[in-house]
Amino acid sequence: MSQVNIVSRRQFLKSTGMVGGAFILGGALPGCSEKAVESGAADVAKAAAKNVISELGYFVSIASDGAVNIICHRMEMGQGILTSVPQMIADELEADWSKVSVTLAKGDPKYGHQSTGGSGSIRNFYDYTRKMGALAKDMLEQAAANRWGVDKSAVKAENHSIVKVGTNEKFGFGELAEDASQLPVPDLDSLELKDKKDFKIIGKDVKLLGQEKIVQGTATYAQDIQVPGMLIASIERPPVIMGKVKSFDATEAKKVAGVVDVIQLRERSLPMNVWPSGGVAVLATNTWAAHQARQKLKIEWDHGANAAHNTEAYKKDLMANVSKKGSVARSAGDVYAHEYDPNKTVEATYFMPYHHHMSMETPAATAYQEGDKWVVWTGTQTPQWGKRMVLEELGLEPEADADKVELNTTLMGGAFGRKGKNDFTIEAVELAKATGKPVKVVWTREDDVKHGFYHATAANYYKAEVSDGGKADNWIQRVSHPQIAWMFNPASEAPDTGAMSQSFADNPFDLKNLSCEAAKTPTHLRIGWLRAVHNIHNAYAMGCFVDELAAKSGISTQQMWLNLLGEDRVIDPTTQGFEGWNNYGNNDEAHALSTARMKNTINYLCEQAGVNEKTADNEGWGISYATSFNSYAAAATKVRVVDNKVEVLEMHTAIDCGVVVTPDRVKSQMEGAMIMGLSIALKSEITVKDGAVEQGNFHDYVVSRINEVPELNVHMVDSQEAPGGVGEPGLPPIVPSIVNAIFHASGIRIRELPVNKTLTIA
Amino acid sequence: MISFTLNKEKVSYDVDPNMPLLYVLRDVAQKTGTKFGCGAGQCGACTVHVDGTPIRSCLTPVSAIADKSITTIEGLADGEKLHPVQQAWVDNNVPQCGYCQSGQIMSAVALLAENASPSEADIETYMQGNICRCGTYPRIKKAIQQAAVQMQEVK
Repeated sequence: MSQVNIVSRRQFLKSTGMVGGAFILGGALPGCSEKAVESGAADVAKAAAKNVISELGYFVSIASDGAVNIICHRMEMGQGILTSVPQMIADELEADWSKVSVTLAKGDPKYGHQSTGGSGSIRNFYDYTRKMGALAKDMLEQAAANRWGVDKSAVKAENHSIVKVGTNEKFGFGELAEDASQLPVPDLDSLELKDKKDFKIIGKDVKLLGQEKIVQGTATYAQDIQVPGMLIASIERPPVIMGKVKSFDATEAKKVAGVVDVIQLRERSLPMNVWPSGGVAVLATNTWAAHQARQKLKIEWDHGANAAHNTEAYKKDLMANVSKKGSVARSAGDVYAHEYDPNKTVEATYFMPYHHHMSMETPAATAYQEGDKWVVWTGTQTPQWGKRMVLEELGLEPEADADKVELNTTLMGGAFGRKGKNDFTIEAVELAKATGKPVKVVWTREDDVKHGFYHATAANYYKAEVSDGGKADNWIQRVSHPQIAWMFNPASEAPDTGAMSQSFADNPFDLKNLSCEAAKTPTHLRIGWLRAVHNIHNAYAMGCFVDELAAKSGISTQQMWLNLLGEDRVIDPTTQGFEGWNNYGNNDEAHALSTARMKNTINYLCEQAGVNEKTADNEGWGISYATSFNSYAAAATKVRVVDNKVEVLEMHTAIDCGVVVTPDRVKSQMEGAMIMGLSIALKSEITVKDGAVEQGNFHDYVVSRINEVPELNVHMVDSQEAPGGVGEPGLPPIVPSIVNAIFHASGIRIRELPVNKTLTIA
Repeated sequence: MISFTLNKEKVSYDVDPNMPLLYVLRDVAQKTGTKFGCGAGQCGACTVHVDGTPIRSCLTPVSAIADKSITTIEGLADGEKLHPVQQAWVDNNVPQCGYCQSGQIMSAVALLAENASPSEADIETYMQGNICRCGTYPRIKKAIQQAAVQMQEVK
């Protein structure tokens, strides 16, 4: 069903599980995954007649007219990887960018790692992905060398051709592809990658792939999948997690025209993991009928123990948890032996509510049986995990039966971590199996808001005494929040090392006495990964606290950061007992946590934004900083506060994310992070009453609109370091920069978010 | 049976007259460029034009548009040639995830039909009903201004 129909595979590369050679009789090569509509057999035949498409490894196929199609094995949710992966491959291939198209991959381990999260696509797979281009280039070079009867060293790839060195002779890629596809696939270790200075596509402002389809409404998202004869499912889920259906009456629902069936989803065993949460599904021939009929269901729920969960009480508990000593994750010296001078000491507790991803596209997935094979279409960040779950759901063996499930992917209309969880994909499979018909599950906005995997609400406590010259020698920090890990292991009751690795126990400051502590708290809501995850609340609290210390010391916040960071050095939190630190999976020299890069990013931000220039009396600048996902990001915001009304005037982000592949998409991610940060700081919150989420749509989970966004500026640090993350690192410093700006404009110190609890937003 | 004009073609569908136009477009006409975002007229993702006027198709019963002319995102381009607003979107790399952009573009086209050279404030006022969670607002502003200039030149 996707454009490139792979007919046979000839050869396996043992080291990588890669395949080479093999003709494919292909269809056309447009960007993005095709819809699951009728196969367009006539078009395929027409294209095949004039154009033979050959596959060079798993990632590159080349048509005899020279058109190059590249598989993007990482999932697209707006971050731009649909351009970045082809850029990395095309540059190594020496392809002409104007001849490159892209196809989104199915979920398949043959592509390597596909879980798209943790800002990892480039920072973790920069070399691997480029090798897929080098591999195809090597095969084309060998094919040309064979034709000329020369050694491969006498030829080289250049501008979509292979040239014979020292002559004018050349063959275009299209002329060689068929021959090349018959050659053995080279060993990945034998391939050399280009030197940075020779890049022609990586790091350049190339034309982005897929934009034309988006602006014409022809790009395919999971909501858009259409299969002949499919039913649309709308599901009423338990309002409280781990709640159950006691009984239901579908009599009225079934009277709605178009309704075909009403089915109770099965109750699942604990832990919840990321499986569906049950409920009752209405299946109809169209979306409207399914939603209408669902409102006529009469369901009696057993809400279970989590119905005792209420935001106000839970918040009080969190604040109390961090007011006393917790379990120590990292320490230096003895913070409790010191006698704190009240005149020089700042003690503060910061609170952040639950948050929701609020992707513009609500979750959707389609499943159906085609012969003895199951076909799934879904917008997921984790296609391989999703496929394993589908196999398990169908009672199939994960490896022996892998070919019995085809998991196709679509563009995601936003994800921000939500679509790393495949609960919605499994709902479609469960219902397709139960009905024996193709089923598309569509979530309403209310479903999305009320049945999410929320960003953890958190309390962070800080206490430090400033010393002369604006430093600190004694520093206590504590955190308490519900657990993501609880989803998988109900025994998880306190922030784990993974959570504390995110702008908490990786504290980069030069402190004689330090204690980083975690406090237990029970989990009563599904908690998930939301863009930058625990960095959001940890960096907010830390960024505000540094600002408070600066105010106490009577120095600029910029100077306070520089003083606390101290000498240029590498931070290794394991030396002070934080054994779980893994630096976002890259505990190597190339990604070492460098205070020099932190200070440089802060200084660059302050200089570019002009934060030290004098402002009007009711205006002020706030800055903050956070390291996350191997990138260094600083933010500055300018606000005006008049009569307790906040107006955001200007925002800046500086980022050092190492070598950049797609500069425009780094910029767009920073812009998006500033806007999401504005929502989080000023007005968004998820609250819970009697176990159920109270919000349901954009009127009560409020996100920024176009008229609320000020001038945004992005400053990229010119860096030759190893690539760091981009999708997430922009967000953590934004929220504290806004809150600090409010203090500097008005003297009002806000420690509980969102700001609109305390002040009016202009 | 409800008849209307969809992107210059006459169409008739036998559907519940109360069914919102959005679902008629997406499920029945299989024009999926128009998106569901909220179902409550709060986000603008489902914006289409009825006789040139932008409406939220998620709240508009199909009976209300009988015999009228509907333009969706699929009907904007002139064959291969993008509408100047679509072209400006591409030129400014506006879309991130792209999901809200059909609605954004439909609103922007309607704005420019009403006001050929909108100020930044005009754009903010007119476009505030269209939410973009990715945060493409600064580029939407630029693209609308670019399209305005180009459309003026064409005239």
